[in-house]
Amino acid sequence: MAAKKKEEINLTDNMQVVNEDTEKKVRIRSKLTSYNRWGYAFVVPFVVVFCVFSIYPVLRTLYLSFTQYKGFGTPKWLGLDNYIRVLTDKIFWQSFGNTWKIWGINIVLQLGLAFLLTIIFSDIKYKVKGLSIFRAVFYLPNIIAATSVALLFQALMDKNYGSFNKIIYDASIKLNKTFSFIPRYKMVDWLGDKNTAFLIIAIVAAWMWFGNSFIMLMASVQGIPTDYFEAAAIDGANRWKVFGKITLPLIKPILLYVAITSLIGGLQMFDLPYLMVRPGNQAYSSIRTAMMYLYSFGFGNNRQMGYASAVAYILFLIIFAFSVAQFFLFNRKEDK
Amino acid sequence: MGKKVGRFFLYLFLIFLAVICVIPFAMMIVNATRSGAQIMSGFTLIPGTSAKENWDLVFDYFNLFIGMRNSLIVAIPATILTAYFSAITAYALAIYKFHGRNIIFYVIVIFMMIPGQLSLIGFYNLCFKLGMINTYWPLIIPAIASPGTVFFLRQYVLSILSPSLLEAARIDGASEVRIFHRIVLPIMAPGIATMSIGAFIGNWNSYLVPLLILTSPPEKFTLPVMIASLNSSQDIAANQGAKYMAVAISIVPIIIAFCFFSRYIISSITAGSVKE
Repeated sequence: MAAKKKEEINLTDNMQVVNEDTEKKVRIRSKLTSYNRWGYAFVVPFVVVFCVFSIYPVLRTLYLSFTQYKGFGTPKWLGLDNYIRVLTDKIFWQSFGNTWKIWGINIVLQLGLAFLLTIIFSDIKYKVKGLSIFRAVFYLPNIIAATSVALLFQALMDKNYGSFNKIIYDASIKLNKTFSFIPRYKMVDWLGDKNTAFLIIAIVAAWMWFGNSFIMLMASVQGIPTDYFEAAAIDGANRWKVFGKITLPLIKPILLYVAITSLIGGLQMFDLPYLMVRPGNQAYSSIRTAMMYLYSFGFGNNRQMGYASAVAYILFLIIFAFSVAQFFLFNRKEDK
Repeated sequence: MGKKVGRFFLYLFLIFLAVICVIPFAMMIVNATRSGAQIMSGFTLIPGTSAKENWDLVFDYFNLFIGMRNSLIVAIPATILTAYFSAITAYALAIYKFHGRNIIFYVIVIFMMIPGQLSLIGFYNLCFKLGMINTYWPLIIPAIASPGTVFFLRQYVLSILSPSLLEAARIDGASEVRIFHRIVLPIMAPGIATMSIGAFIGNWNSYLVPLLILTSPPEKFTLPVMIASLNSSQDIAANQGAKYMAVAISIVPIIIAFCFFSRYIISSITAGSVKE
């Protein structure tokens, strides 16, 4: 760098003999080509921090996944033992299944609602108003920390104290007085029952995220040029045709984006189930997600960080495979 | 006629959905003012009289305002670092032609798709070796490298900044550092602000990483970690009113902020996604 600068000075020194006009041109040109060097200086902080806090940890996790490691001391090389242990552990597969179950219900509700709302707000016949207000209200649950949401619903869905049960119970008593054939409500332990706990978590997750998905889908609908709709109206297309032939194909990329980001996020689900159902609860094994499984080995009482690292990599490979599959599935449909 | 009826039901559905979004928070606020016994006896929308007792019970256990302060100590510097360094990195990647810039860009795109769990153990292990456990550094410094923000701002720079402006500044003799700070940064401001909102919310709500890094003392906990650890308090578990109060203290400020800034917050969601 220093050598080049000297050259530049020499160059300008020589120029003094030549007329002023050429001198100016040369100086400008040398400046224009040398400024690119600043690119290195500008990206250095990012690159350094990125290497230390992002790339190194990912590689370190990879290395640890082949070792036995308690969190301190020297890791002991194990080869593929951890991976074999993960893949043959029933509890891993149960946790993995739980994650899919919760995510599956959640995504159907979340995308289903978001999609329905997009249809409603983009309908050419009804022209529903108040988008900005509804959008804000639907998004509200998403801005609250998952920890607070988890504790709130833990309290609301409690068997004996929870307001949810109280409201149903009071209503059933009233109905029972007038219509005796309606039975009195028996308190359900929503978060303590294997058959309901995962459902509640999935519904709460959908409650938190449907507004976000709706905003994404709606933004892409609003990005569609209005002449498309006008042209369709002139051609006499009905609203379902407009939706199916114009809106749907054009929002497909965003739909894919929402589905993949939701998959990546959903398969790492931790805060909600971890806080809503505590260990010792009857339903615990039915809502333990893969991330909770990883956490219990990596950061629990008896730390097995090597094993937890192998769990992380197996989960990553599975998520990666599904993201790719999802991508191709969507693209194939588009070809038709 | 049919159109009117249809529209009526559509609005009814939308209002129903809006109520579902809001009602848990309303129930939370009402229950926060009622005693455990009142909550046990049934639900009403009429506030109770035990707000003070619930408040005292929560603060006997934890000072939640310290949690808020800690969250701010983490979230504000982290957001500023993300904003500034993402902007300068994005600008360099978009404008300068230097060796390795494509590699950096591809690595950024790859890391956007990599789930955080993959680095979690290695990250914790690194912080442990660096002696950073129970400090705020691991929650603040990594904010300098935020691939998603750089990716977005790079597209933003390419779409908004005209190269002739930079050339004019160079001919006038402005240094590259000066050009970035005086010309580019103000032009990028709207995009940076949008991304900063998302970064701040993410930092403020973050739970898993602070949970791992901050183990003791509780005075160091960020708000989500503090709120979550209320679960283990017997006193608070026994009095549901106090639990609602604690959750309400963590939520109400956010709801108030959302009422004022919802427009900007919502635009920040769509900005981060893929756009043509």
